[in-house]
Formats: sequence, structure tokens, C-alpha cells
Amino acid sequence: MKGTLKNNSIFKFIIVVLLPVLAVIICHNAMPSYYSMMISLFLINVILTASLNLTNGFTGIFNIGQAGFMAIGAYISSLLTMEPNIKAARISGLPQWIANIHIPFPAAIIIAGVIAMLIAMIIGFPVLRARGDYLSVITLGLVIIIKAVIDNNPQITNGSKGLGGIKGYATLPVIFIVTILVLFILYRIMKSSFGRNMIAIRDDEPAAVSLGINVTRYRLLSFMISAFFGAIGGGLWAHLYKSIAPSFFYFNESFNIVEMSVLGGMATLSGAIPGALIVTFLPQLLANLESGFTIFGATVPPLYGLSNIIMSLIFILVIIFKRTGITGNSDYIVNSMFDKNTYIGLFKKQTWVDMGNIVKSMFSHKKI
Amino acid sequence: MDFFITQLINGLKMGSIYALVAIGYSMVYGILRLVNFAHGDLMMIATYGAWMLISFKLPIGVSLGGAIVITVIFAVLMERLAYRPLRKGGSETTLMASLAVSTLLQNIATLIFSPQNQAFKLPDFFSKTYSIKGVQLSMMNIITFAVTIVLLVVISLVIKKTRAGMAMRACSDNMAAAQLMGINVNNIIVFAFSIGGVLAATAGIMYSGSYTSFSPDMGFMIGIKAFVAAVIGGIGSFGGAALGGLVLGLLEMFFAGYLPSSVTSYRTACVFLILIVVLLLKPNGLFGKSDERRS
Repeated sequence: MKGTLKNNSIFKFIIVVLLPVLAVIICHNAMPSYYSMMISLFLINVILTASLNLTNGFTGIFNIGQAGFMAIGAYISSLLTMEPNIKAARISGLPQWIANIHIPFPAAIIIAGVIAMLIAMIIGFPVLRARGDYLSVITLGLVIIIKAVIDNNPQITNGSKGLGGIKGYATLPVIFIVTILVLFILYRIMKSSFGRNMIAIRDDEPAAVSLGINVTRYRLLSFMISAFFGAIGGGLWAHLYKSIAPSFFYFNESFNIVEMSVLGGMATLSGAIPGALIVTFLPQLLANLESGFTIFGATVPPLYGLSNIIMSLIFILVIIFKRTGITGNSDYIVNSMFDKNTYIGLFKKQTWVDMGNIVKSMFSHKKI
Repeated sequence: MDFFITQLINGLKMGSIYALVAIGYSMVYGILRLVNFAHGDLMMIATYGAWMLISFKLPIGVSLGGAIVITVIFAVLMERLAYRPLRKGGSETTLMASLAVSTLLQNIATLIFSPQNQAFKLPDFFSKTYSIKGVQLSMMNIITFAVTIVLLVVISLVIKKTRAGMAMRACSDNMAAAQLMGINVNNIIVFAFSIGGVLAATAGIMYSGSYTSFSPDMGFMIGIKAFVAAVIGGIGSFGGAALGGLVLGLLEMFFAGYLPSSVTSYRTACVFLILIVVLLLKPNGLFGKSDERRS
């Protein structure tokens, strides 16, 4: 076991620490802004998915309205960080006291997260008391309610036209650091007794109840934490794209986040990474098909909805044939990222000897 | 007073549609503990089916009947291809699958037809209106009420009197025990999906008939509201779903009719607030019994 490549600290360090950091540095400095944008979007999706896994994968309640919390995070944080004169110019009829608020970006997204958390508490309490699977319907309802609130209060949110002129605080390095931080916090939560209790509820609810675990309380807390990070993701999103509209945070986005979570594997935090990777980049490729193309001289007309069809087919097939998603039940990526042994191992002589042996054996295999 | 009656008629019409869809939801939920998000999209399939068959110049009766058959086929296929392989995996995975099925159906309709709203026109016979003391009552409304009442009576007789209906009730009480008594659970589930398909198809055609426009995503929102109606009424109970649908339709229309316009734009949002309130006060719905299966 000790000597395998997968367990070697150097390998782990290269894959989960060095490569991502290098990728971010290169994308930020040397690549066209499109790539840095896509990587940023991918990282935000990782935050959203990992936070969703907390409820959907760990406590067995199904939040399918994460986009609603994203919208809360995006709008509240943007209103807090925009400069007063820009705000007043963009939104007609904005109350003076809101226009005057101007606070730093980190504080703004945390405030937005806390508000999302409170909203989650208000809607989660009655619903979770009744039956877990109603939560999925209520969270869908939340998406609708939030869109209605944003659409119908143009004096604060500028209505369905959307809100522009947001400062681009969320650059790629910022998003990268926040993503790592969020993953680390979620990792610590999962390793704590809180996390183990949540897993106990998921695996065997009656047994967990008999051990004195207050199921409703844990579900509600996990829902609130998930909402908090969902809003953080939304806040980053707003400060990445610099303009937001209520239609961005609707069913489509919600469905995408669920899809990432299922494809990657709901039961692990690591699942967020491959899941977000596929759902962020594959539709971009498929979108080229949608606008129509020419193949061997024959013109294919625009195929609206094709990428969604392919994505939902993949989704159904993954649920049927590999329910645990890409990562299965292994939390390898996140575990190796935050396990201190990965870093301690780098300074042990044995690790380097093992690595040498592995490399040698790889080459000797090739010769045969 | 006239305005009140107009809103009452509108509310009853919307309520009938919710009730029909909610019964299908409730039956499937009762047996499988599955919130089938794709159930509302069956309404969309029925509408597109009817629209296509009518445009082939088939007689109206044949077109509408054909649309119902197409919808039932889709409902059964949905169960067979997407939900049956997942049955052992717990209700959560099926719920996710139903979300994907819903997106799939909507986007297939978008791909084949178009993402835009289209006009749905039934023969002139349906759009006749009668005016009784200033209250407009259209033929479509009368048909909607009549069809809903007939369907409710027929379905409740099927559930109460026939062997299949009894087997269905047994499955929703306790699936394992029903299986031990020699009930073929698969057939019963297909039966429930078919009835749900018939009801949703009828509701879909009546809805599009009275609002004369349809689009690929028309069924999703109605479907969700119908689920809310089923929960309000007490999920798993037939009468509860029907009454919940009517209550929701009436509440929604009176909400839209009587409150100031600054509030009415929250019409859809208010449906979910009603759900939250009902769950706070009566967690098993207004007419539901407590769920013994929980622990």
C-alpha cells in the first residue's frame, strides 16, 4: 500500500497542489481572458457544487434551488460593494440609505452569505419538520420567489433588466483562494463530529435517531451552511461577470448545479471538481453544434436545446449506471489536498525513495 | 359580484387543471415516494401531440384521443426507461432522474418544434361564449368542468372498486406486503403512471385550449404547483389531491383578482408561501393522514 503511486505524497502534491496553482498562474498571466474567465467560472461551480453536496450527498435532503441562494448572494453583495454614485446612476429610485452603503468586497459576500443562511433557516424549518423530500419542491419555489422579488422591485434591483457596473473584484486568484478556503472549511466540517453525524443520518436515519442525533436540526444546519456557500458562490459570480440579471439565476442554473453534483459524485466533496469540470466545459463545446454547422457540404440547421438534451441524457445514464458519480465514494482529491501528511511526507526520505522505485518500475515495465 | 363570479369560474377552471395533474402526482408519490418533476411536462407533450394531429387535418376527436394515447406512451416509457432501473436506489436518485427527464422532454420539444410560444387553436365550437347576467362563460370552461367531474368520478370508482385500484392502494400502504400478497408491483406502477398520463394529458389540452398558447416549458410550472396542491391536500390521498387542486386554483385566482397589482406579480411565489404555511400548521396536509412509513 505504502509504495503505490496514488499514495505517494509527491504525486499527491503535484496533482492536487502544484498543477492547479500553476494552471491558475498561467491562465491569469499568459492566456487570453476567455480562458481565465472559464477557469474562474469552473472554480465558482466547484464552490456551488461542494456546498450542494453537503445537503444532497451528506444529509439526504434535496436542495435543487441553489441558484436562488446564488441570486441572493449576487444581488446583496453587488449592492453592498457598488460605489454610491454608480449605484444611484444605474438604479432609478434607489433609497438613499442603500445607495450610501459601500463596504469592502470580503465583508459584502460574507454578509450576503449570512442573509442567505437566515432565509434558508426560515424556509427550511417548517419544511424539514414535515418531510425531507418536500424540501426539493420548496427550494424550486425559492428560485421562483426570489426571481419574482428581484423582478418586482426595480427601485432596488433594477428589475428584470439586470444590474450592471459591478466592480470586478473577483479575479482568478481571488476566486482560487476562496475556493480552496471553502473546500477546506467543508473538509473540516466533514471530519468533525458534526459531519460524521450527518453521514450517520444519511446512511441510516432510524439508527441515527436512536443514538440521539437530532435529525431535523442537522438537516437544517446543513441546509443553512449550504445556502451560505451558495451565496458566496453567487457573490463571486456577480463580481466576475460584473453584471447580473434575475434570469441568470433560474431553473437552468439550478439544474446545472445539481447536474455537476450528481455527475461528480454527491457523496464526496471531491466529486465537485470533476462534476464542475464537465458541466462547465462540455456545454461550451456543444454550444458550437447548436448554432448550426456544415459537415461534408451539408448544412445542419441550428439545433436549439441540443446541448441540454445531451447533458440531461448523460445525467440520466450516470444515475442509472454509476449512481455514485465519477469519484465514486473516494474523497481522494480533497483528502490529499488538506491532509497534513501530504505535506509532511514531502520532507521524508522514504517518500522520495518510494517515488524513485515507482518511476523505475514504470520504465522497466515499458521495456518488457 | 360579477367580478367575483368571473374569478370564481377562473379559479375553478385552474383548480380543475391542478386537481387533475395533482392526482397523478399523488398516486405516483403514494406508491414510489417519488416527486416526479417530469409529470407536468406530460401536459406539454399532450398539447404538442394534439397540435400536431390537428394540423394533419384529423378529426378533432381522433386528434385529442391520439394526443392522450401519445402522452400515456411517454408516461410509461418514462417509468420504464428512467425510473424503474433506479427503484432500488432510493427516492432521491429517482427525484434527480425526474428532473433530468423533465429537462430532456422540454429540450426535445424545443429541438423538434421551436422554443417560442405557439398558438393553439381548437375548432370554433370550443370558443363559443355564453353571457349570463354579465358573466362570461365559455364553452371551454363548461367542457373543463364537465370533463374534470367525469374523470374524478371515473378514477375514484376505478381506485375504490376495481382489483387494480385495490392493488394500487395496497402498494401505497405497504409495497413489500403487497408484493408478498402476489400483487405484481411493476404492473401497478405502470397502471398508476398511465392514469396519471391520461389525467395530465386531459389537463394539458384543456389548459392550452383555454389559454390558446403553448411552449415547451408550459408544463413544468403547472406541474410544480400541482405538486404543491397535492401536498396541501395531503399527499397520497385521492380526494386530498383533488380538493387541494381546487383550493389552490381558487386561492390563486382570488389572490390575483382582489389584491393590488403590486402584490399580484407574486402570484406564483404566493403558491409556495401557502405551502410553507400549510406545512407549518398541518404537516400532513389538510386532508392527509400521518405517514407511518417514515421510521
